[in-house]
Amino acid sequence: MTEADVLKELTPVFHDVFDDDSIVLSPEMTAHDIEGWDSQTHVMLTVAAEQRFGIKFRTAELESLRNVGHFAEVISAKLKGR
Amino acid sequence: MDQLLWLAQHPDLSTAIGEAKRETDPISRLSLATGLAAYRRDFTLTTRLDRLAGEGLRTAAGGETTVSGLRPLRIALLASHTVDHLVPAIRVAGLHRRLALSVYVAPYGMYRQALLMDDPELASFAPQLIVLALDARDAPLQLPLEASQEEVDAAVAGRVDELRLLWRRARERYAAQVVQQTIVPADPPLFGSFEALVPASPYALVDRLNAAIRNAAREDGVLLMDLAWEAARGSYGDGLAEPVRWHQAKQLVSPNLAPLYGDQLACIAAASVGLSRKCLVLDLDNTLWGGVVGDDGVDGIHLGQGSPSGEAFLAFQRYASMLARRGIILAVCSKNDLSVAEAAFNHPEMALKRSDIAAFVANWEDKASNLRRIASMLDIGLDSLVFVDDNPAERDIVRRELPEVAVPELPDDVADYPARVAAARYFEAVSFTPDDATRGRNYALNAERKAAMSQATDMEGYLRGLEMVLTATPIGTAELTRSTQLINKTNQFNLTTRRYSEAEVERMASDSRSVALAIRLADKFGDNGLISVLLARPDEGLADDELLIDSWLMSCRVLGRQVEEAVLDVLTDAARAAGYRALIGEYRATERNGMVAEHYPRLGFTQHPAPSGATTEATFWRYDLSSTHSPRHFIEVKA
Repeated sequence: MTEADVLKELTPVFHDVFDDDSIVLSPEMTAHDIEGWDSQTHVMLTVAAEQRFGIKFRTAELESLRNVGHFAEVISAKLKGR
Repeated sequence: MDQLLWLAQHPDLSTAIGEAKRETDPISRLSLATGLAAYRRDFTLTTRLDRLAGEGLRTAAGGETTVSGLRPLRIALLASHTVDHLVPAIRVAGLHRRLALSVYVAPYGMYRQALLMDDPELASFAPQLIVLALDARDAPLQLPLEASQEEVDAAVAGRVDELRLLWRRARERYAAQVVQQTIVPADPPLFGSFEALVPASPYALVDRLNAAIRNAAREDGVLLMDLAWEAARGSYGDGLAEPVRWHQAKQLVSPNLAPLYGDQLACIAAASVGLSRKCLVLDLDNTLWGGVVGDDGVDGIHLGQGSPSGEAFLAFQRYASMLARRGIILAVCSKNDLSVAEAAFNHPEMALKRSDIAAFVANWEDKASNLRRIASMLDIGLDSLVFVDDNPAERDIVRRELPEVAVPELPDDVADYPARVAAARYFEAVSFTPDDATRGRNYALNAERKAAMSQATDMEGYLRGLEMVLTATPIGTAELTRSTQLINKTNQFNLTTRRYSEAEVERMASDSRSVALAIRLADKFGDNGLISVLLARPDEGLADDELLIDSWLMSCRVLGRQVEEAVLDVLTDAARAAGYRALIGEYRATERNGMVAEHYPRLGFTQHPAPSGATTEATFWRYDLSSTHSPRHFIEVKA
């Protein structure tokens, strides 16, 4: 799965977690760009993404999930590694 | 991990939530959310349902009376770990358990301060339930690994004393019911299987502490949220506490399991206000035994020793029988000829006896009508019923026709029925008294009483023939638990439907100006147990010689037997002895208590203006104690 594919799959995760179907993801988006993206919803995002893609983030990886692009990058790398 | 397996699977819950969001009226949205909360859901869907309920839920939770079938209740979470992510799941589980919950979360780790010092925010929230959610990493017992058992016990006792102080403060300051979470072991074993043999090993310490917490909770009337026990028996798979979530956000409970945790807490909350279910309604063929008795005959059904499936059905019967022993009423609802169905209970291997079944309905009508009939035979609400049927089509129809009835999804194999019914937590208890143990028998006896009534040619002869004896006792320690239980679960014969915690009842009963009575009734068929509670007190809005009947409630088991008249006898004597000259009765109408709308006029009370400060919906009634009018009844009274 390419990063673009991952981004597409990640979109409904963001829609569900923020309960907002109008969110359109782009790689450079950060917590500042999405209303309600705080430390608590960040945990929700990671757990929801884990469920969606059937993966587990390592504790160290959690720190790198600073923007949407990093999210897609880490997920894509994990899926390739399988 | 799959969770909430007893809930039905929605074909597309995500889309259904999206569609429900288009509804603009908040209360309608709340109703839609409540309906959807009855389906199996993960934490993301649960969080979305919480948002859907949003404003409507806040309105319902902010009131004092039941709105859209949801009882308002305020819960404060005082935790030593992060719990914010659990709050939506607690609220949504509340919807399914018929509660409109307000949840207050005290600042992270500040549970001691919240209770030991003045916390104006908590005080203005006025919690009715205070949950102490603590964990093994919080204030660990500082002991060397080689400490002796005596040193361990001393440290454990010290920690439990500290908890008891917090519990006491929660009661004194807020008159709240306390729920204590047990401590989930956090550390992996150091010694392998030898772990528990080392007194101060992390596991042995936590185990000892939990045992001491459970003992203290029993003594102090504190409820448990026993996470440690649930974790040990595998209720959470291996996923309750994920180390990564602790390191990431100090979450003891993984967000994945928030729906299950929320439901567990909501069940305790619902039970604390009397919303647990009361009656297990059982289908017969392929639920209590294998095969169809009408086709296969009594000898042909699979039940009992000798075959794996026969033993599995027997095990489910035994579970139902054990539930009856703790006070759950059993009923049968089956598509069968009555005589054929009853004959099956003569099968030598039956664990359930015909006399265990308080309402036995077997005919060819639809099950929804028969469930209505069962509720009316037992004088309980449809919302007290749990319906267990192996047939998915029947379950589906009953869910659609009677959403008040709880209908668990069942696994394919009857061997897993007992665990599934238990996991659904319909019968969550907050107390257990000797009366509970005999309740099922009482309901069965009531059926006999009804039969006696239809045989008696006149009502008076029937009532005389019952040889009733009523005993009224001032509410003391012995009556406190059962009285509070009755106060919180009685909906129909309840004049004001005020709910009180044990602490509040105790406070009222210990006031010498009050009259607080626990009333029992026995008759020739047996003891009905504690069936009525009366709380009367002076009120600022009334004259000094007027006694306000704050609460008067009675179990519907003894309706139509003139118990009210006999209780009024006791009350007038007690009030006169305390120097009062009049009783003031209050009636507050609810959706459920229409049967007592005429209670006071029927007893000879006359309408009375509302005292200053009373709510407008209530009506007030006066009974002059100088009147020589004496209510007529056939009950021998022992006060």
